[in-house]
Amino acid sequence: MTPDPIAIDTDVLVIGSGAAGMYAAIEAARNGAHVLLADRSLIGRGGATVMAQMTVACALGEETPDTWQDHYADTIAAGRGLCDEALAQLLCEDAPDCIRELDHWGVGWARKDGHITATMAPGHDRPRCVYVDFINTGPAVSKTLRTAMARNPSIRKAGDLCIVDLVVGDGEVTGAVAYHLGTGAPVVIAAKATVLATGGLTRLYRRNSASANMGGDGYALALRAGATLIDMEFVQFFPIGHLAPRLVGMDPIMWDPFRYKLGGRLLNGRMEEFTSRYGSDEDGKYVLTRDLATYAIIKEVEAGRGSPHGGAYLSFEHCSVAALRAAFGPVIDRLAENHIDLTRMPVEVAPIAHYHMGGVKVDATMATDVPGLYAAGEVVGGANGANRLSGNAITEALVFGRRAGRSAAAMAKHKARPTVRLRDSIAALDLVRSGMGDRDRVIIADMIAHLQAAMADGVGPIRTRDTLMRSRLAMVDLKGNLSAQPPGRPGAFDLERLDWFDLRNMLVVADAVATAAHRRLESRGAHQREDFPETLPQWQAHLAVKQERLGLGISGAPEGSKWWLHEQTN
Amino acid sequence: MSKQISQIATLKIQRGSDRNAPQWQTYEVPFEPGQSVLDGLRWLRIHKDPTLAVRFSCINANACKECMIQLDGDTVYACTARLEPRAMTLTPLPNKKLIRDLVTEIAPPSERFGK
Repeated sequence: MTPDPIAIDTDVLVIGSGAAGMYAAIEAARNGAHVLLADRSLIGRGGATVMAQMTVACALGEETPDTWQDHYADTIAAGRGLCDEALAQLLCEDAPDCIRELDHWGVGWARKDGHITATMAPGHDRPRCVYVDFINTGPAVSKTLRTAMARNPSIRKAGDLCIVDLVVGDGEVTGAVAYHLGTGAPVVIAAKATVLATGGLTRLYRRNSASANMGGDGYALALRAGATLIDMEFVQFFPIGHLAPRLVGMDPIMWDPFRYKLGGRLLNGRMEEFTSRYGSDEDGKYVLTRDLATYAIIKEVEAGRGSPHGGAYLSFEHCSVAALRAAFGPVIDRLAENHIDLTRMPVEVAPIAHYHMGGVKVDATMATDVPGLYAAGEVVGGANGANRLSGNAITEALVFGRRAGRSAAAMAKHKARPTVRLRDSIAALDLVRSGMGDRDRVIIADMIAHLQAAMADGVGPIRTRDTLMRSRLAMVDLKGNLSAQPPGRPGAFDLERLDWFDLRNMLVVADAVATAAHRRLESRGAHQREDFPETLPQWQAHLAVKQERLGLGISGAPEGSKWWLHEQTN
Repeated sequence: MSKQISQIATLKIQRGSDRNAPQWQTYEVPFEPGQSVLDGLRWLRIHKDPTLAVRFSCINANACKECMIQLDGDTVYACTARLEPRAMTLTPLPNKKLIRDLVTEIAPPSERFGK
């Protein structure tokens, strides 16, 4: 009954085909490696890259003089004292090289007077963000990398391939167990080196700007393989995600580029400007960082001054039709199809889960603390500290992807033939091949919706001990209700089984975020504890999460922060 | 919350993996004006039938281009086609290999597993 798994050997396995994964594949192949690029969805279509609307931060200095050190200073300042300095330096220093390579490959960065043009974005000290018009940056980056990959015969691509677990033998990652979504067939991949490029975890939240495949797979794979996660409490909420009226065919973070180009006014339900109440005037310009804007909107709603759907108004009513059309051309038509005329009405916006600063701990070569395992892109933790600077996400995907590909190829050169031992892979294979699961007990897609609600309500941008406790209890319940094996048996495109594997990962990752948020007894950047509102110098420290025998273990808190005393006395 | 009145779309959906022996299932889906066909399919997966197979990734942005299906015989993106208060027939793309329900093989050959 149990079919033999399909066996594949490769030098370098790259998991995830956003910008980080594709650049890693290209760079590993250029350095002599045979590469297998696996994605649970179609190659280069899912994930976050394709959703990126506009800005890519990079100190090119073509229009305005700029250096990577200036970009670095802004990155560190945005990170609220918590950036990993080596990673932040790598991000800023290598950015121009990657941006120029993409330019060479024909991505089509917007130009003025022959120069690649850069726009101003919040948190930057000068115009530093390159883009592709009109809000087409992400799709253009994806397409360019896909085309560049197609020129290299050493890269095999495998879409609809779901990685279930990394395989660890004698303390080293030796490959992965997967299944093919299209057929349900089990697959064992033996790899000399593996790169995680699975993106972030925003699908853990009810309202998010992510693709459906951003449930945090990579963090769960890394934890179960023995790697360390850091800064998991820092989830970035994008302050002005679209809320109302219903708008289809557009990414909910679309108002970001509108603000870059046109400013716009952020108003409360009484049509008053309000951000000055929270320490920062806007004055028609787009300067407020994401953590502060998110805080201001949530507080305004709590005070009873929100917009009808529970957010804020964003108004471009002062802009002329001509100015709107010059800046956004075809996008204005898509808004019209949704019955939105910006010259006559404001839209409603609210914070929406957008990006994860935390993630897998790596060194500046993108090596994790488990030999054979590398990470790249959003799944990496540390570069952006407690709050990511606008425009750094695609940049880190490119820079870290390229670096991880190079490191993985170098490691593969020094290794003999890749092998996966049966005894290291059998547990994951048993899950993939299981055919005994109950089908009718619970709807796992509904359990996922409950987890998203628990995360949004208790582990959102503003937390307290009580909200965190409630959410953690809800997670325990969900975990108790998830069957030991996936429902049904292997078959073609079985989304119910995929839901099971997804929830298995999402519960681990949600636990990591909530555990860290519970442990950090201060407020900093994207982590705001109402019961600990101050930013404290002793907490300028990274919390680390690891899988231990009886659950997640957490370390790195400052000496003397006795949370258990707090738990008893509060 | 300014709730609009909920309406009902009747979705008749082709199921199964055999194009020559299609099975049909009909569901009533409540919606608020402006919601997409993909919103309706995702609602069905949570509330009625988690085995319903549909390919999608980006949900709302029309960026991933994975959710191509046919609505009343016309090829559409499920994420931009709107639910309407009437009978709507959903079928997989006719010119691609059928995998299951509304899912077809739309990846270019060089990007498929097994090459």
